[in-house]
Amino acid sequence: MSYISKPKVAHPGLPKNKLGLTARDYEGAVSTLCAGCGHDSVTAAIVQAVFELNIEPHMLAKVSGIGCSSKTPAYFGSEAHGFNSVHGRMPSVTTGASAANRTLTYIGMSGDGDSLSIGVGQFVHAIRRNLNMCYIIENNGVYGLTKGQFSASADIGTKPKKGLPNQQEPIDPVSTALSLGATYIARSFSGDKEQLVPLIQGALLHDGFALVDVISPCVTFNDHEGSTKSYAHTRQFYHHVVDADYIPPAEEITTQYDKGSAIPVELHDGSKIVLRKIDNEYDPTSRAAAFKYLRDRFNAGEIITGLLYIDDSRKEMHDLMGNIETPLSEYPLEKLHPGQDELKKILSRYR
Amino acid sequence: MATVNDVVIKIATVNGTGSASANGLLMKSIFRMGVPVVGKNYFPSNIQGLPTWYEIRVTGDGYHARSHRVDLMIAMNAQTYARDLAEVAPGGWLLYDSTWPRSRLLDRDDVTVLGIPLSKMCNESFDGARARILMKNIAYVGAVAALLDLNLDTITELLAETFASKSHLIESNMKAIRLGYDYAMENFVCPLPAKVEQLDRTKGHIIIDGNTAAGLGCMYAGATVGAWYPITPSTSLMDSFRSFCQQYRVDEATGKRTYCIIQAEDELAAIGMVLGAGWNGARSFTPTSGPGISLMSEFLGYAYYAELPAVVFNVQRTGPSTGMPTRTQQADILSCAFASHGDTKHVLLFPSNPGECFTMAQQAFDLTERLQTPVMVLSDLDIGMNDWMVPDFEFDESQIPDRGKVLSAEDLENMEQFYRYLDVDGDGIPYRTLPGTHPKGAYFTRGSGHTRHGEYTEDGEEYQDVVDRLLVKWETARTIVPAPEILYSKFNKAAILSVGSSDGACKEALDRLNAQEISLNYCRVRAFPFADSVKEFIDQHEVVYVIEQNRDAQLRTLLMLDSEADPAKLQSLLHYNGMPLNAGFVVRRILEERSRGQAA
Repeated sequence: MSYISKPKVAHPGLPKNKLGLTARDYEGAVSTLCAGCGHDSVTAAIVQAVFELNIEPHMLAKVSGIGCSSKTPAYFGSEAHGFNSVHGRMPSVTTGASAANRTLTYIGMSGDGDSLSIGVGQFVHAIRRNLNMCYIIENNGVYGLTKGQFSASADIGTKPKKGLPNQQEPIDPVSTALSLGATYIARSFSGDKEQLVPLIQGALLHDGFALVDVISPCVTFNDHEGSTKSYAHTRQFYHHVVDADYIPPAEEITTQYDKGSAIPVELHDGSKIVLRKIDNEYDPTSRAAAFKYLRDRFNAGEIITGLLYIDDSRKEMHDLMGNIETPLSEYPLEKLHPGQDELKKILSRYR
Repeated sequence: MATVNDVVIKIATVNGTGSASANGLLMKSIFRMGVPVVGKNYFPSNIQGLPTWYEIRVTGDGYHARSHRVDLMIAMNAQTYARDLAEVAPGGWLLYDSTWPRSRLLDRDDVTVLGIPLSKMCNESFDGARARILMKNIAYVGAVAALLDLNLDTITELLAETFASKSHLIESNMKAIRLGYDYAMENFVCPLPAKVEQLDRTKGHIIIDGNTAAGLGCMYAGATVGAWYPITPSTSLMDSFRSFCQQYRVDEATGKRTYCIIQAEDELAAIGMVLGAGWNGARSFTPTSGPGISLMSEFLGYAYYAELPAVVFNVQRTGPSTGMPTRTQQADILSCAFASHGDTKHVLLFPSNPGECFTMAQQAFDLTERLQTPVMVLSDLDIGMNDWMVPDFEFDESQIPDRGKVLSAEDLENMEQFYRYLDVDGDGIPYRTLPGTHPKGAYFTRGSGHTRHGEYTEDGEEYQDVVDRLLVKWETARTIVPAPEILYSKFNKAAILSVGSSDGACKEALDRLNAQEISLNYCRVRAFPFADSVKEFIDQHEVVYVIEQNRDAQLRTLLMLDSEADPAKLQSLLHYNGMPLNAGFVVRRILEERSRGQAA
């Protein structure tokens, strides 16, 4: 959603990926979000994640709803198709797109208003189908474009710029996804690129529904004292519990991990995600344990981040249905009907 | 009333008692005697317990509408005896279960009441409550067979086909048929003066409902993605698509499915899925009904503006709001034509019977991909869920489906630069690209203001440039949508204009009026935007009776808006009580209008 396209001049010394592309090739138009917006940092993390994963730009599909977060697909992947849909409906568009062509990599960009209010139904049902996508919520607790109303993720007691503190229970996308059976659940902070990039990479490669909830402060409407989604508050109260390291295909794990603290998870392309536990008490493979831990820490006012849950045993949507690997959109039409002679046989049932 | 092959049988039963197969058996046995039939189901929005009716019109002349008359009532539901008796035409008959005699309730001088102890006979002959209820239904078929002189061999043949794999059921069903048949032969004067005689008018025809036909059409059209939310009366369309896919959509090499049916969480999601799939190049569709269209409206406007293909079947039911979900109407014409906010309008197709549901399903996919805009097929409950006799469907394998203007990787490779919304050919239809084809083909699909290059804009001129080009496309649509059906009789100045399922009753009315020396011309619109020939047709006449099934004359309104037809010529004849239109109504109303016109 920018009038300005960036000139494509790459410094000759810029590193190239296996496709011979630089990170600049994965960028998009100039952002029109406010200076300092957390979302721009998330955009930068996506660019780095996709660049490092050697994804062909045109094999990436960017889908979004409405809101500040939903504008961001314009700011990365200028050679990727984008679908900026209507408010709260990104999951259904992605579901249909995936149904037609399962070979693309889908990244859905959404926000707390888009996913937890108007689109909460679609968010929930995309999880239920285990839709194979990376679903990013840029979570700032407010509606930006309509000038600062609380969203459904606003914490109890958090203060608006004007008016009274929020008194309603927040909807937490992470515990919601956990209770619904999402198969990859992460949370991070827009100001922590080192943690965020591998979490996005794992989400892009995970075979199934991968949620990345990113606390992404709104500098204009929710970055003041008393806000629980400000930069300062997040920095003060957030904790890494399980970080993820991305190991490309055919590369060895070289890092020395403390005994019992690392869980390697093999991804479908041969790459690995190593879950690195910061708190050894935490078990990111147990829904019940993760849920209790998260609620206890949430009640203590902490913001728990990292790859909080993973289940690589469940089938994603197409495999649950038994669908062919070939994109349905590429299957030849003439092979999709049994012809005139068979039609005659079909009609004989109706005499 | 001595008639041959002109009798209406109405069966009154209780919902959930399994009478559907008995009624189907009865209708097909008449059809197999070469005699045309019309089957209408009047059912409640209920799973079990409420009254339900099935009406079989035997029409040697081969008409397609319901008749307003009932000659033989099979009254199997004590709750509705009074109204069922009242509905029988003078001189007609009423058959009821006399296990519990009701001589006082069923007393009408001009109707012959025939009592047959169905329950008693079935309780004596069959074991188990369910079997007894089901066989009671089969037994009344036997009684009707005797009363109308149906061919018992045909019934035996049908039962043998139905229960090919369960031969013990053939025996028990035949036993029930004989119970009813023999009792009727012994106790009533059989056949009745209104009877059925062998004819040769059903060869090359089938009996099918529109939803089954549309599902079959989607399968033949190569639809691969179907997203839907269950809603009466459209649900059986997806059931049909699924059952044909289960049989014919398994990839030979892998044994995997070549279709993807998604039961969505609601209609908002269903249409979102259809758009996502269409954007990605699959032929995708959703079946729904009026309330679903209301929910889909935001996305339909998006698809109009962002120029995405989508096929939507609206099997219309009686509105407004929840209305009467199991009754028919043509009352979504305007809400579909202009679904969504802003300057939005949509291409509509109007099938008039299951045959057109099959062909228009295929045309809809070609048109939506050619025009890059949603195409809505406006069927209705009468077409979708009732049993119609129609000529065998044909599928022309040599006809190549129209996938529209889609650029290949090679096209893109050889292009300087691709712009999504340029009117290269002057027909208002731009070229599109599919995700995953080529980096040069990437563009940003958006519902916000955009330029002809696909860039975001808030500039008035750039915005207007695109929405004006959409009007050019609209005029292209006008030239390629299905043409109206036009029938000229003698030279005259009056005509009937109708749409969709009103067609059968209108054509029958034309015959009846003709018999009274009133010849009218006829036009049935088959698509919106209206072809120029529709306007020409209206211009040729002094009065055009616009016949449709809604209260607010929606088709007439649309004719005034889109074809600039002279409103003074367009006289509305409206039928909107939820029952399918019948020829008697059309004849009566036209005669009234004519006498009023002459008096003035």
